[in-house]
Amino acid sequence: MKTFLRHPITALLGVVLSAIVVACQPTQPVGSQSPTASPSPAVTTLPVAYPDRELSASPAQLPPLPYAANALNQAIDAQTMQIHHDRHHQTYVDNINDALKDQPNVQKLSVEAMLRDLNQVPEAIRQTVRNNAGGHLNHTIFWQIMAPNGGGQPTGAIAQEINQTFGSFEEFRKQFNAAGSDRFGSGWVWLVRNPQGQLQIVSTPNQDNPISDGSYPIMGNDVWEHAYYLRYQNQRAQYLNNWWNVVNWDEVNRRTQASQPR
Amino acid sequence: MAFTQPALPFPKDALASSGMKEETFEYHYGKHHAAYVANLNKMVEGTELENMPLEEVIHTSFGDSSKTGIFNNAAQVWNHTFFWNCLSPKGGGAPSGELAAKIDAAFGSFDKFKEEFSAAAATQFGSGWAWLVEDSGTLKVTKTPNAENPLVHGQKPLLTLDVWEHAYYLDFQNARPAFIKNFLDNLVNWDFVAQNLAS
Ligand SMILES: [Fe+2]
Ligand SMILES: [Fe+2]
Repeated sequence: MKTFLRHPITALLGVVLSAIVVACQPTQPVGSQSPTASPSPAVTTLPVAYPDRELSASPAQLPPLPYAANALNQAIDAQTMQIHHDRHHQTYVDNINDALKDQPNVQKLSVEAMLRDLNQVPEAIRQTVRNNAGGHLNHTIFWQIMAPNGGGQPTGAIAQEINQTFGSFEEFRKQFNAAGSDRFGSGWVWLVRNPQGQLQIVSTPNQDNPISDGSYPIMGNDVWEHAYYLRYQNQRAQYLNNWWNVVNWDEVNRRTQASQPR
Repeated sequence: MAFTQPALPFPKDALASSGMKEETFEYHYGKHHAAYVANLNKMVEGTELENMPLEEVIHTSFGDSSKTGIFNNAAQVWNHTFFWNCLSPKGGGAPSGELAAKIDAAFGSFDKFKEEFSAAAATQFGSGWAWLVEDSGTLKVTKTPNAENPLVHGQKPLLTLDVWEHAYYLDFQNARPAFIKNFLDNLVNWDFVAQNLAS
């Protein structure tokens, strides 16, 4: 079965009304340095940071890594984990707090709520919030969906749904890796539940999160160069391959369940 | 005629004592830049773009959604070749002559220029480039995402800094501001910038 990568910019342009999908478009369009339009109203209002709760921004706080920095060595080295969590993620947290320090009304919103409708955020700080609230949310999800004893074949409901949607786990993994490789520049590759309720592979530029397109991010891999450069340098494809060794299928199953429309 | 990768204008280890390791150039020049050249050649093979000058490929493919891959690779070939020339083992210091006068006129002072350039390089979110350009006779600092460059905006590029993470991760990890400062203090080839202005 063929899947499509919906282009995030289509939603930004507000033309996502029906089913405008762009087949497998791998790269973000050039000239989109600072889009001023905000994402279309989202379909999902579910929490996505955790299966059962949203992410607070009053203040934003760096969640501890749920395992030791060297625990994911099957895919990611300890130094990368430390810098990635302690410095990159921390910077997104610091920047969001800094941007919102005089904005009690925005602080009251969850990070998800901000990203679902960026029009609620004053224009002067909208792009900063988009980038840093997105960075905070994406990394918060990322740490949870990896685990030291992860990897292997998917289990439970997600295994079934992957087979139904993509034919097999192998085929799903192939398409996910291809979308991650094709993301030009910085960004993420995701498995989402789209507004039609189906599983779909999408990729987002920079720190955009699929909830801005109304989709629920079930699992995602970070393809910013900082995620893999110390160990893999220019070999993003190798990183994408090895990453499956640390996927936390139990957590992915919790998120799959949480992503069901209620 | 395939596009080729020009030689690096200095040995790969020439900037090691000024903050950029040999290993950085092994990957950045030897892998990243080389891959853009190889990808471009693959993509244009057998098309009318194959025999165009690189600049024309960049102009033709920019904004054409059917040629995004060609634009990205062509522009990255051009950007990196230009970037290597902006670096010198004897770089840094301050510009002189007409270039210095134009910088003062546009920014107030050389220090103000450095501030503005550093801010552009630090705030280009994600991957991209910071530039000093001449635009309708005046100097300006700009930044561009991913592969985009001033050529497509009708500006004349004078100086650039690659702020993709691969440009600084082995030397500075997440500390992009330290990479920018090191570039301005120790690496800028102002003779090249002056030549670009005069050309
Ligand atoms: Fe990251
Ligand atoms: Fe580069």
